[in-house]
Amino acid sequence: MLNNQGRPTQPGEAQAYTPRTFTSNRALQMEEALIFEIGRPDTSGVDIEDAGEFKPRLGGMERNGEIGLPGLSEPEAMRHYVRLSQKNYSIDAGLYPLGSCTMKHNPRLNEKMARLPGFADVHPMQPQSTVQGAIAVIESVAHWLMELTGTRAVAMSPKAGAHGEACGMMAIKAAIKAKGEAATRRVVLVPDSAHGTNPATAALIGFTVKAIPVGPSGQVRVEDVRPLLGPDIAAIMLTNPNTCGLFEPQIVEIAKAVHEAGAYFYCDGANFNAIVGKARPGDLGVDAMHINLHKTFSTPHGGGGPGAGPVVLSDRLAPFAPVPFVRRDGDALRLVEDEEGTQAFGRMTAFHGQMGMFVRALSYMLSHGSDGLRQASEDAVLSANYIRACLSDLMSLPFGNRPCMHEVLFDDEWLKGTGVTTLDFAKAMIDEGYHPMTMYFPLVVHGAMLIEPTESESKASLDLFIATLRDLAFSAKRGDTARFSGAPYLAPRRRLDETRAARNPVLRWTKPEAVLKAAE
Amino acid sequence: MRYLPLTDEDRSLMLLRMAADKVDDLFVDIPAAKLLTKNVDLPRAKSELEVERILSRMAGRNVVASSVPFFVGAGAYKHHVPASVDHLIQRSEFLTSYTPYQPEIAQGTLQYLFEFQTQVAALTGMDVANASMYDGSTGCGEAVLMAHRVTKRRKAVLSGGLHPHYADVVRTLSEMSEDAVVTLPPDVAASEDLLASIDSSVSCVVVQNPDVFGNLRDLTPIAEKCHSNGALLIAVFTEAVSLGLVTPPGAMGADIVVGEGQSIGNPLTFGGPYVGLFATRQKYVRQMPGRLCGETVDAEGRRGFVLTLSTREQHIRRDKATSNICTNAGLCSLAFTIHMTLLGEAGLKKLARLNHANACKLADALADVKGVEVLNKSFFNEFTICVPGDAAALVETMAQKGVLAGVPVSRLLPGDAGVRSLLIVANTEVNTDEDRAAFVSALRASI
Amino acid sequence: MSTRYTKEHEYVRVEGDTGTVGITDYAQGQLGDVVFVELPEVGKKFGQGEQAAVVESVKAASEVYAPVSGEVVEVNSALEGAPATVNEDANGAGWFVKIRIANAADLDSLMDEAAYKAYCDSL
Repeated sequence: MLNNQGRPTQPGEAQAYTPRTFTSNRALQMEEALIFEIGRPDTSGVDIEDAGEFKPRLGGMERNGEIGLPGLSEPEAMRHYVRLSQKNYSIDAGLYPLGSCTMKHNPRLNEKMARLPGFADVHPMQPQSTVQGAIAVIESVAHWLMELTGTRAVAMSPKAGAHGEACGMMAIKAAIKAKGEAATRRVVLVPDSAHGTNPATAALIGFTVKAIPVGPSGQVRVEDVRPLLGPDIAAIMLTNPNTCGLFEPQIVEIAKAVHEAGAYFYCDGANFNAIVGKARPGDLGVDAMHINLHKTFSTPHGGGGPGAGPVVLSDRLAPFAPVPFVRRDGDALRLVEDEEGTQAFGRMTAFHGQMGMFVRALSYMLSHGSDGLRQASEDAVLSANYIRACLSDLMSLPFGNRPCMHEVLFDDEWLKGTGVTTLDFAKAMIDEGYHPMTMYFPLVVHGAMLIEPTESESKASLDLFIATLRDLAFSAKRGDTARFSGAPYLAPRRRLDETRAARNPVLRWTKPEAVLKAAE
Repeated sequence: MRYLPLTDEDRSLMLLRMAADKVDDLFVDIPAAKLLTKNVDLPRAKSELEVERILSRMAGRNVVASSVPFFVGAGAYKHHVPASVDHLIQRSEFLTSYTPYQPEIAQGTLQYLFEFQTQVAALTGMDVANASMYDGSTGCGEAVLMAHRVTKRRKAVLSGGLHPHYADVVRTLSEMSEDAVVTLPPDVAASEDLLASIDSSVSCVVVQNPDVFGNLRDLTPIAEKCHSNGALLIAVFTEAVSLGLVTPPGAMGADIVVGEGQSIGNPLTFGGPYVGLFATRQKYVRQMPGRLCGETVDAEGRRGFVLTLSTREQHIRRDKATSNICTNAGLCSLAFTIHMTLLGEAGLKKLARLNHANACKLADALADVKGVEVLNKSFFNEFTICVPGDAAALVETMAQKGVLAGVPVSRLLPGDAGVRSLLIVANTEVNTDEDRAAFVSALRASI
Repeated sequence: MSTRYTKEHEYVRVEGDTGTVGITDYAQGQLGDVVFVELPEVGKKFGQGEQAAVVESVKAASEVYAPVSGEVVEVNSALEGAPATVNEDANGAGWFVKIRIANAADLDSLMDEAAYKAYCDSL
């Protein structure tokens, strides 16, 4: 039979027309209501066997009334969360140059390994004889971390970078106390360029914070540290490589001066990924350094955690490490959970740390090996410098056109007079399909733009990124401000009103008043 | 190396572009004597297959909870998690995104955090909840610090029913910040006189419900005494499923509620990563630690979400921040909220009832074993039994018979001779009648 | 009635022995949208230069220092629900606290209007 319904198979002439859709959806980009607006209290996506009749033993503590939890069937839930996911940028989708955050590729092997029942389905309080493999993972990760940092102790339990900082500073406080200097050594030196967690951690542990000025090259100079050192100084907290993307060249001299003054050297290891396999913090005089496994060892960031923040410790601090820690008794491994008979300063968390992250990190370490880890550091540094070299004619570098480590820092000097701010520039990157770089950090540089490409980008990807930033920069300099001032135009949402959110915080969904009234 | 896209040719071209001869020219700031010239003494790169072999071998040396009759709890619980939860949290856009600092391209994360906060507030009976803490124990430490900020006092009182590890975390933090802590003795029977410890010098009282021994407690009188003395009541839970059946802390006057959320959506994973739940009253919101997500509108007036009240946080307030926390438990809070959405109100209540019913069955079966005594008058899905002799040794013996029987209290309170015959036993929806029968017969054979 | 200014951009408007303290229009412009003001309790005493309040914008928290020593006699609790007042009328309805001035000599160390204007122009 002749098909006489032939439909056009060519696109026809393109028309300039932006339809207003009935649903507010834009094809693959779907609007999605809150679960409280689409769910029902009597719907469930889980079939649960009925408990039947029995006599409860709740001691009269039974919950009455509605909780307020909507339910969705499985297909509805899938759709809800898949639609939400499609509103997020991710490393898997594109270059994510957030300086200091290290958004590198997350190998899926790591996910597969962490889900082996032998790791995912074991309880932290099972008899230790039944979890020897799990304890062995902790010991193996510890071994890799100690070898890579040139230290001989590591506290594995901290749950994230800032928690690791707290752990390291607690070990320092315990060591100071053991020397009988707790009453006098109460000041911690922190450079202005530090992550906010550093001063926050020092304050948490009961120290007062004194700022170290940052030298004209963006680095801390030993001559600026020396005059601050005295019997009141407990520790210095330095990030190395620092937040300006530079290695601290005087780190050895600074460590020596700090030790001679009877104080300790805490290193923020957030940027350790630049030097893995190239230099060992232990060789540089560091007493304690946390390692963000979710940065350097690529356990995924997960939209804001979970992280893991083991802390390597120098011989001077090792005895004070918190429980639990692993000991080897002949062939068997033992988690020491009892502080009795040790100098442990206490306990950081209920159980043994972020096991799921340890497995992922170990999978990453084994995959890379000592050679791959070193190559990854070199590639990360090479890529950051390539971006620097290709943009330095257009964008301004606050500390001159010199080699950086794994991230390159620009300021907003070059945007002066264009009417475009760092924020505008970053938001325009979103329309180009890139996640913005870290902005306005570190605070010591005006309008900072901190770009960290990581080792995960191909040269073609770096070249396109560079070409895009060059196009945007030319555009800004040409005075094409509309491209920036309202950006992003093409994202699921335009710029959001943060003032409104902060002035009248709405932190949870509540039933609309009309519904409440009708129910009365 | 399969994860590194740059080729040697790329590297040469890139070096050429920056007029460098070799990559070490970029590492000039590292003191030459400290620059490593060869690989660290660790194994070389391995293929996926080789890594899988090594890690599978290590995993194989652990006894998997699902493979045996399993009754271990005391702060972490084995529950069934729907398959869709793990599938969804592995979506690239959730798994491989950062903290939602750019809200225009992070509405997915922000919206689920807003939903999560609302669910946690409803579950605990409180006004507001944050976007999660690392876990229940660290959240407990943060709650005490928050109470000190609110009351401008520096003394915490810890109930003897609080999980000993939680108490350790609070004591460690307090010792460092030089705040006072009073810990009441282990309170197996939930009979301690907390009221006597509350006076106008106290900042907060920390009570767990169900407590570590499984007992249910009425927090109302404690809340009343706290409030008349200007102190705050911090209510702790380690089993989130209990809130489907048990009076929520908000209804008993709690000012801050912290809990472990692992039970909903998250596997045991040998202790972490878990997810800390943290809720409080509206008037204390600016003293809260951690991230908060709030509703707003975008430039076109459409509803959207942002991180808000950030001036409490370390990246702005630095040494005056409410906490040093930065990363939270993002993906674990996603697992929690998805599982909770799948359960819904009806599912959660049903699940909680099934847990309680199963625990009642086990308690009855164990009470029939000669020499064994169930100590709890009330409980949810966990209780404490007294066994003849040493509970830790008994657990080892039973493990060899293929039953993981529970947590000996002596493991949580080492050095306390008074608890050596006590065993904490948990029973959730995963346990069958066969499991319970296996427990009883292994117990009989081991004592 | 006279108004005096600090280098940290607080003002104190003196009426008798009472000083009305707030942040200047220049300061509110630098801060951007004010979203929250944390005020002290009535009866609290401050020395000159001690932290008296905190003013928050979305991305910054700034301490407000007492320009003169004295005791807080009144706070502008209207700011709690309407922090935007600080942006709209910093010198008027956007005041923070009224202080009973303990030591009038404290005023001598502060700038008058002309000096403050010159100071802002120099920034």
